[in-house]
Amino acid sequence: MIRVVLAELRKLRRPSLLLGTIATVGGLSALFTSIVFLMINSENGNTKRGESIGPSELSQSLGLVYGFRLVGVFLGIVSLCIFASQTAQEYSLGTLRNLLVRQPSRMKILAGKFIAMKLFALVMVLFAGALSIAISYALSGRAKVDTTAWGTSAAMHLLFESTLNIFISTLSFGAFGMILGLLLRSPISAIAVGVLWNLILENILAALINSTGKWLPGVNFANIGEGGNIDLSYKHSLAITAGYLIIGGAVAAILFKRRDVAN
Amino acid sequence: MEITAIAVTDLTKIYGNRAALSHGTFEVPKGSVCGFVGPNGSGKTTTIRMLLGLIKPSGGSASVLGESINHPEKYLPRVGAMIEGPAFYPALSGRENLKVLAELGGFPLSRVDDLLAKVDLADRGSSKFKTYSLGMKQRLGIAAALLPNPELLILDEPTNGLDPSGIQEVRGIIRDLANNGTTVFVSSHILSELEMIAEYLVMLREGKVIFSGLTQELLSAQKPMIIATPEYEVDLTNLASKIQEAGYQVTVVGASLHIDAPKESSAEINRMAFDTGITLSSISVDLPTLEETFFEMTGDNK
Repeated sequence: MIRVVLAELRKLRRPSLLLGTIATVGGLSALFTSIVFLMINSENGNTKRGESIGPSELSQSLGLVYGFRLVGVFLGIVSLCIFASQTAQEYSLGTLRNLLVRQPSRMKILAGKFIAMKLFALVMVLFAGALSIAISYALSGRAKVDTTAWGTSAAMHLLFESTLNIFISTLSFGAFGMILGLLLRSPISAIAVGVLWNLILENILAALINSTGKWLPGVNFANIGEGGNIDLSYKHSLAITAGYLIIGGAVAAILFKRRDVAN
Repeated sequence: MEITAIAVTDLTKIYGNRAALSHGTFEVPKGSVCGFVGPNGSGKTTTIRMLLGLIKPSGGSASVLGESINHPEKYLPRVGAMIEGPAFYPALSGRENLKVLAELGGFPLSRVDDLLAKVDLADRGSSKFKTYSLGMKQRLGIAAALLPNPELLILDEPTNGLDPSGIQEVRGIIRDLANNGTTVFVSSHILSELEMIAEYLVMLREGKVIFSGLTQELLSAQKPMIIATPEYEVDLTNLASKIQEAGYQVTVVGASLHIDAPKESSAEINRMAFDTGITLSSISVDLPTLEETFFEMTGDNK
């Protein structure tokens, strides 16, 4: 298994993918965190859905991770794209046959790939978090936000909790992408279906039938990253996410194990 | 000790209502170079994929290096393979691509540079795979197949896209491996190449094995031909009738006579010409080539 992980990491650390991901994740993290602090007094709001958060709230321990939490769902989408493309490209490039000749255990291939992408996602989340915190400190003076509470143990606890939640959320989106990659066997199709579903179709569905919202995968993946909210509890989202990923993962794994590699 | 590297019995693969391979039975002796030939769509790649555990057979059985193909993990570490052309990650260099496979198979990374040198890619090892020519891609595929230092090497069309010197290099590599005891199972459309290197042949047509055995056995079973060329073209008709009178079938081709006869008859034909007062400028025995035999057996001479 460790051999599969090492081989997979070699593919993931290629400069075009690694630097491209760092640039995307860094850009998103910088953008969302900067908006929170630079538009603090804007009438258009400085957080999601045009809402506002002021200096007094940001001066509490939550202020340390506020920007980071906002970018969480986008880290999930980036992760979905990477997991989907890395999985589906083995079919579209025809490289799966090479992998299976060198490692005939298909489950080891699948598990090794997931572990390697997990590590990649962890680096991505940690980088986004570190950048967001650095920008928060850098812009706090200009936004007249007192950062004293950001160094407390409560803030550190919140930071750890947020990082863990965003990591779980990012992994859930990624696993969703990986399942799509295995089912559709084409990077473009897997990414298109995954992104369309999570960013557009789920919103339409939730708007049309209000009660569907709490059962949709993307809504629950994102809710884990936010640590839950009043309408949708964290535990509910964890349970729904686990259900989707266990069923989807099992179907994809069975297909991957049994399907002939004929391309 | 196992004497066959590959043993296939009644192996069948059915897609829908079409049999890609139907009750295929053949053996490849250990240490031999075995050619695997057949027209496009005859089932060669399907057979190779089954031997490598990539697709599951619909029926029959097979073993590779003494292990059943139901347990590819038992023999694949000792097998090198290139199937249906080279497939690599375009954004990685040739060297990185080989390292991915070396890491996956647990082979020493130090082998990578040796193999790049062996296939003449040492100076382009750092270039991205997507910048490689078809011939370079093919050579990288061969290097990847050699990673495990294989007991059995399975190559599917290894000379596709190679220039004549590249083809010669691949032939050299195959010969070297065979001399070191590696069994090579190679499919190719370049039958003249196979004729030079393969002592065994497995021939497929429409999913059925139509020959498996020694190449020489196959060729010697075909009708040989004697080609006689008189010094003067005007003597062609006269000589043709004399030979026909002796019971041979003769065809005039250009300035020569093609006579269906074994090589032992060449002295008799030479004597006939001499007795008729005709001098032959040349007389030779033409054994059918593998290509001619292939076309005759498969009917694929379009």
